Amino acid sequence: MGQHIMSDAVISVRNLQVEFVTRRATLRAIDGVSFDIAKGEVLGVVGESGAGKSVTGAAIIGLIEPPGRISGGEILLNGRRIDNLPPDEMRKIRGRKVAMIFQDPLTSLNPLFRVGEQLIETIRTHLPMNERQARDRAIELLTEVGIPAPEKRIDGYPHEFSGGMRQRVVIALALCAEPDFIVADEPTTALDVSVQAQIISLIKKLGRERGMAVMLVTHDMGVIAETADRVAVMYAGRVAEIGPVRDVVQRPMHPYAKGLMGAIPTLEAATDRLVQIPGSMPRLSSIPRGCAFNPRCGEAFARCFVDQPVPLPVQGRHVACHLYETMEAVR
Amino acid sequence: MLAYLLRSLTQATLVMLAVAFIAFSMFRYVGDPVASIVGQDATLKDRQELAESLGLNDPFPLQFARFLGNAVQGDFGVSYRQGRPVADLLIERLPATIELAVLSAIVALGLGLVLGIYAALNRKGVIANIVMSLSLIGVSLPTFLIGIGLIFLFSVYLRWLPSFGRGDVVAFGWWTTGLLTDSGRKSLIMPVITLGFFQLTLIMRLVRAEMLEVMRTEYIKFARARGLSDGSVHFRHALRNAMVPVITITGLQLGSIIAFAIVTETVFNWPGLGALFVRSVEVVDIPVMAAYLMFVGLVFVVVNLIVDMLYFLVDPRLRGGATVPAR
Amino acid sequence: MSHRAAAPQPRLKLTWKERVAIWRDSDLWLSFKASPVAIMSTAVTLLIVIAAIFADVLAPQDAFDPVALNLLDGFAHPMERGAGSNMLFVMGSDEQGRDIFSALFYGTRLSLLVGVASVIFSMVLGIGLGLLAGYLGGKIEMLIMRVADIQLSFPAILIALLIFGVARGLIPPQQYETTAVFVIIIAIGLSNWAQYARTVRASTLVERNKEYVQAARLMGISGFGIMARHVLPNVMGPVLVIATINLALAIIEEATLSFLGVGLPITQPSLGTLIRSGQKFLLSGEWWILFFPAMMLVILALAINLLGDWLRDALNPKLR
Repeated sequence: MGQHIMSDAVISVRNLQVEFVTRRATLRAIDGVSFDIAKGEVLGVVGESGAGKSVTGAAIIGLIEPPGRISGGEILLNGRRIDNLPPDEMRKIRGRKVAMIFQDPLTSLNPLFRVGEQLIETIRTHLPMNERQARDRAIELLTEVGIPAPEKRIDGYPHEFSGGMRQRVVIALALCAEPDFIVADEPTTALDVSVQAQIISLIKKLGRERGMAVMLVTHDMGVIAETADRVAVMYAGRVAEIGPVRDVVQRPMHPYAKGLMGAIPTLEAATDRLVQIPGSMPRLSSIPRGCAFNPRCGEAFARCFVDQPVPLPVQGRHVACHLYETMEAVR
Repeated sequence: MLAYLLRSLTQATLVMLAVAFIAFSMFRYVGDPVASIVGQDATLKDRQELAESLGLNDPFPLQFARFLGNAVQGDFGVSYRQGRPVADLLIERLPATIELAVLSAIVALGLGLVLGIYAALNRKGVIANIVMSLSLIGVSLPTFLIGIGLIFLFSVYLRWLPSFGRGDVVAFGWWTTGLLTDSGRKSLIMPVITLGFFQLTLIMRLVRAEMLEVMRTEYIKFARARGLSDGSVHFRHALRNAMVPVITITGLQLGSIIAFAIVTETVFNWPGLGALFVRSVEVVDIPVMAAYLMFVGLVFVVVNLIVDMLYFLVDPRLRGGATVPAR
Repeated sequence: MSHRAAAPQPRLKLTWKERVAIWRDSDLWLSFKASPVAIMSTAVTLLIVIAAIFADVLAPQDAFDPVALNLLDGFAHPMERGAGSNMLFVMGSDEQGRDIFSALFYGTRLSLLVGVASVIFSMVLGIGLGLLAGYLGGKIEMLIMRVADIQLSFPAILIALLIFGVARGLIPPQQYETTAVFVIIIAIGLSNWAQYARTVRASTLVERNKEYVQAARLMGISGFGIMARHVLPNVMGPVLVIATINLALAIIEEATLSFLGVGLPITQPSLGTLIRSGQKFLLSGEWWILFFPAMMLVILALAINLLGDWLRDALNPKLR
């Protein structure tokens, strides 16, 4: 693929393909996605809903459910392949090495169990601890994610916590066994605006302190700009552009990324109308030939309707667009 | 907690009063209390005197209050046809019905849970599909035909089990049980299967549907994402959540087993309350009908109370005092 | 759904509506064509209904006219010729020489008649009460829905038995036979209205607060009729599903009541009555007198149930 493999990558995704087999057809939800995330690094993944962000996260964590399946490529954790592990092996890694935070804290905690019961069960699944030790660790974790009076709150039920506090509990649950990698799937979408920033900075802080690799899935460009080290822009199951956050956000190159960044309101551009990308993302069943973005692209030319572009290095990043291929060749 | 309990109790009392009201209306206006005592030949004067002494000319609320007071003391009047106090008839037949209903409930609940969970966890499996198809046939199969089919197979063809009655029973005071004798146990098998079958299919389908519903929730996905074992995800997390609605609905179903026993008892000539009730409907024995209605109402209300309590134990959201609908 | 969306372009709105209608139609049709179970159960149900309607023409024997029976034909085995009339008894005969095959036609007719009539009765009652509860609100709504709740938690068979018993108490014994069909239709109908009422009330609550009902009220016109016209088309789908499944239940309920001896008399036998009268021969070996009516009842109930099951899934894509 031409992308260099970082030596300190915690997670490496190589040419990943995910298919959904339905009665009518086999739909490719993820088509040749590659990226690395290093220790302590936050990779932001952006794109419209249905672009394949969440599916990528689920694939890494090994939670693609039938009729979906990984049909190609590989996923490496600390250099070891994990996408083809038997279910029992994968379960030992899940929660222990790789963890996931879900979108809605209101629904991701089991309402019938005390917060402590859920924490202790998870801790004891992965670490050799007795009930007492696990409870102490659970209280530590709750303290760490910023729950006040944790030794009291640990015996509370999820419905006794506010939305933001519940998401902190969810984060504590994900951290139970000190994973090396964590997928945060739109962790703030369901929260009040006032607590969104707190949760994001908590995730960022924890990632940095513990040297975790974080994959932050979101469609909020503001969150990406603040939190991520690098950003991947996804479109129709492919990576359109991936690179350092500063470059991609401020000087996007892929026409889709340009459109997406243009859609963020900024103070300077307050008087202008928001730039909108015309049309909508194609359904998986009708992805056009060539570049998937061609029907909406203002700069498309003949080749875009024939060949599918692959991500190639351009100016310190990778862009999957025919516009830049010649440019790189010249250089 | 106390408020919750109180609300349940109030509701139970209201339902019981409504049932009593219907029973009383039947008792008072459908049947003819006077004719049933003195017969057709009595003179008008005799009838009026009797009506007066029975308090039939008193204002309605007073009569209703008297009816309630008698009912609470276990006095439901005298059977038109058998000339014996209704309460005696009921007590005599109560053990047979209770034994049958409780055993059926245990079978239906136990097997229904196991099969329902199995069918949910092995949704695509061959056995699960066979069980589900059979359960649909079970729903279309009238209870009395199941009983007749069993009699034909096990009594007429194989000659293994008796086709009617309770067999030999052992008495403990007013209570009788067939569980302690060989013929009693043999006699129980077919009626229990017949009565439990419909509830079994119902509970099984419900458990399966609820389990599947819960398995799709985010908290189950999150539990998997934390690497919890399948055993814990299925039987600790999913099952407990699935049980919340299952308790309510099966609770009500089990309460109605008592009433469903009407059919089973008739098929097997089982000397229980249901058979008594059918007889009384056939011959319009109003006091027996009214008393049976009160009895079923009481069972229903008690089962409801138990369900409410269980619900309270299972779902912590209710304990906070706030009423949060399930899920 | 939304009336406002395409308001500026009436032409567009029309085609959109047409498209939805066509798509829906074809979807239901597609799912019907794709479901062998649905096709089979429809075929079986139709066959039975036709046989029941034309019972007089199709049945070989006028099974419930004593004049047509020959006692010498009694207890003929299936596929045996009667000793008296030399007639072929495909499904055997009973003790009076009644042809079971012919009896099935008449029994099915009565079972279907009682089933359909009681479903219509409970449907009309349930829809009416549901609309009323939703429209009036307040205490009347609470009362209706409370009664529905309580009734739903008791088995229908018990309620039907009670109603039957009360009716018996009010009707003089000489008229039992002539009124039996009506009593049983009312008893079954009254025991099954609650589900319709619940469904209809839920839809009515949505409509009640819409502007056109409020406007009608302000103008002093009763909004009830107008609202009913808006609610009814919306609930037709669910009501149809409930009615189909209830038809199977009502047929079983009638059979059960008749089997218990509190339904239709032997002079007007339904499938349940036939089964009841066949039960006494089970122990002595004349199994066919009971077997064929029982099979007929199961096939009829199963076919209608499967149809209802399919209909529910087809009208509610979310369940798939």
